[in-house]
Amino acid sequence: MGITKRDVEHVALLARLELAEEEKESFTRQLDRIIRHVDKLNELDTEGIPPTFHTLPELRCRLREDRVGEGLDREEALAGAPEREGDCFKVPPVIEDDRG
Amino acid sequence: MDYETIIGLEVHVELATASKVFCSCPVEFGAEPNTRVCPVCLGLPGTLPVLNKRAVEFAVRAALALNCEVHPTSQFARKNYFYPDMPKNYQISQYDRPLATGGYVEFEVDGRTVRVGIRRVHMEEDTGKLLHEGVEGGSLVDFNRAGVPLLEIVSEPDIRSPEEARLYLQELRAILLYTGVSDVRMEEGSLRCDANVSIRPRGSREWGTLTEVKNMNSFRSVERALAYEVQRQREVLESGGRVVRETRHWDEGRGVTFSSRSKEEAHDYRYFPEPDLLPLVLDPAWVREIGEKMPELPAQRRRRLVEEYGLPAYDAGVLTASKSLGDLFDRTVKLYDDAKAVSNWLMGEVSRVLRERDLDIERSPLTPENLAAMLRLIDDGTISGKIAKSVLEEMVDTGKEPRAIVEEKGLVQISDEGQLLPLVRRIIEENPGPVADYRGGKKKALGFLVGQVMKETKGKANPQLVNELFRRELG
Repeated sequence: MGITKRDVEHVALLARLELAEEEKESFTRQLDRIIRHVDKLNELDTEGIPPTFHTLPELRCRLREDRVGEGLDREEALAGAPEREGDCFKVPPVIEDDRG
Repeated sequence: MDYETIIGLEVHVELATASKVFCSCPVEFGAEPNTRVCPVCLGLPGTLPVLNKRAVEFAVRAALALNCEVHPTSQFARKNYFYPDMPKNYQISQYDRPLATGGYVEFEVDGRTVRVGIRRVHMEEDTGKLLHEGVEGGSLVDFNRAGVPLLEIVSEPDIRSPEEARLYLQELRAILLYTGVSDVRMEEGSLRCDANVSIRPRGSREWGTLTEVKNMNSFRSVERALAYEVQRQREVLESGGRVVRETRHWDEGRGVTFSSRSKEEAHDYRYFPEPDLLPLVLDPAWVREIGEKMPELPAQRRRRLVEEYGLPAYDAGVLTASKSLGDLFDRTVKLYDDAKAVSNWLMGEVSRVLRERDLDIERSPLTPENLAAMLRLIDDGTISGKIAKSVLEEMVDTGKEPRAIVEEKGLVQISDEGQLLPLVRRIIEENPGPVADYRGGKKKALGFLVGQVMKETKGKANPQLVNELFRRELG
């Protein structure tokens, strides 16, 4: 199961990355090597071994009490915005619903 | 050809916690834009999510109420997509290890019980809101809603008609309301619904191609949108075409669904386990405790109203569908014995008066004590049922006690024969036509004559007594 240039183009599109032709070639080779390495790991017999979802398996998700705390005021919140209009963040026009 | 309709619903519900799911910003509807935000829900670098315990409790409670198996361990996952409603470019959700699976919801359709399976219930965070209108060269984003706890409830494709879809949603809404996990206001967006719709020739084992319908903002629009979409697919198939797998938006104004040309890549979310959150491991004792403290659910209330008070199934259904109406019933019958009378007034006049004033029961000053007192005034003949209607309106508007209203407005029923008889005689004299009709056998004419007396007394005459007096005088 090798990685093809089309796979690289697909993943680049999903990540909104623009790649030059030679980058596509080189990433295809690099990703292919990585995937082959994972395929190698897949040869191991992992029957009966629980999957590792986290590198800290002995710890559990900490929960916080449902209490309201201090946030940012609007000016602080908007301070890092590349563009704003009135009380809102401004983003490039959204033409179609990209969401599921 | 006869087609079978196959519908599955995906419902998102905002949980009624005080703070957001991964940070301590307040959850509030209608606040000024970007004033309920912090570094976590704005996705600023270096921040970490910390899960809200109450959100987990609500999610577990809802899952148990939906008869699901709650998993001892579940896992959060990143759903990656580029859309500016989330500042992180991913949404924290659950994917291959959801909180709960395998439940069901039951409801009645034309006297038969329909069971719709619940495939999964999982937790996630809500997104910010995009404001498109009136903006030059861009969209505006308000992140107040980003990070509000959401529950996603996915049904099995067990729904067989648009009407069933609406009834399923109404029952689901009632369950969520009764469990107290959400205020489930569809108009405010705290309950949102998408549908997967397909049709296939009846008897066929294969699934038809489905479309996803979005943007349905009320129970009525769900039923309308699905009816439209089913008919559209049927016409496509009958004209020899093929249904295209796509997302379609419902346009409420035009009453149509339209294709929103989603790109093929749009559904590739590249989920992976959320590295910032450890697996959610639930203490079995806590889950058991949440189950044991489960409030009464709609199906239980419907059964109880029939068994305990002998109400017809119809009454039990109406009183349960609105939790506040059912609560008012429960509190009123503790003070006044005749359950059917209480039910009639609640389903009829009380509902009408509140609807006319666009008022929720909780926000109206109507109390069970006053309602029971009003019913007793009818029983002891102080007021007629007709007068009671205006007393009720006054109770809803002012919160005053019914007896005070009756005295203040001089609404006491006239049950004094000496006072009514002269009036009855005058009406007989003034209406020779109807009198002749009545004597000639047209018993309906009596209603007209009684009506005249009621009019003269502004509804205060005791109608039974007036009837009796006319019969005697004309007999």
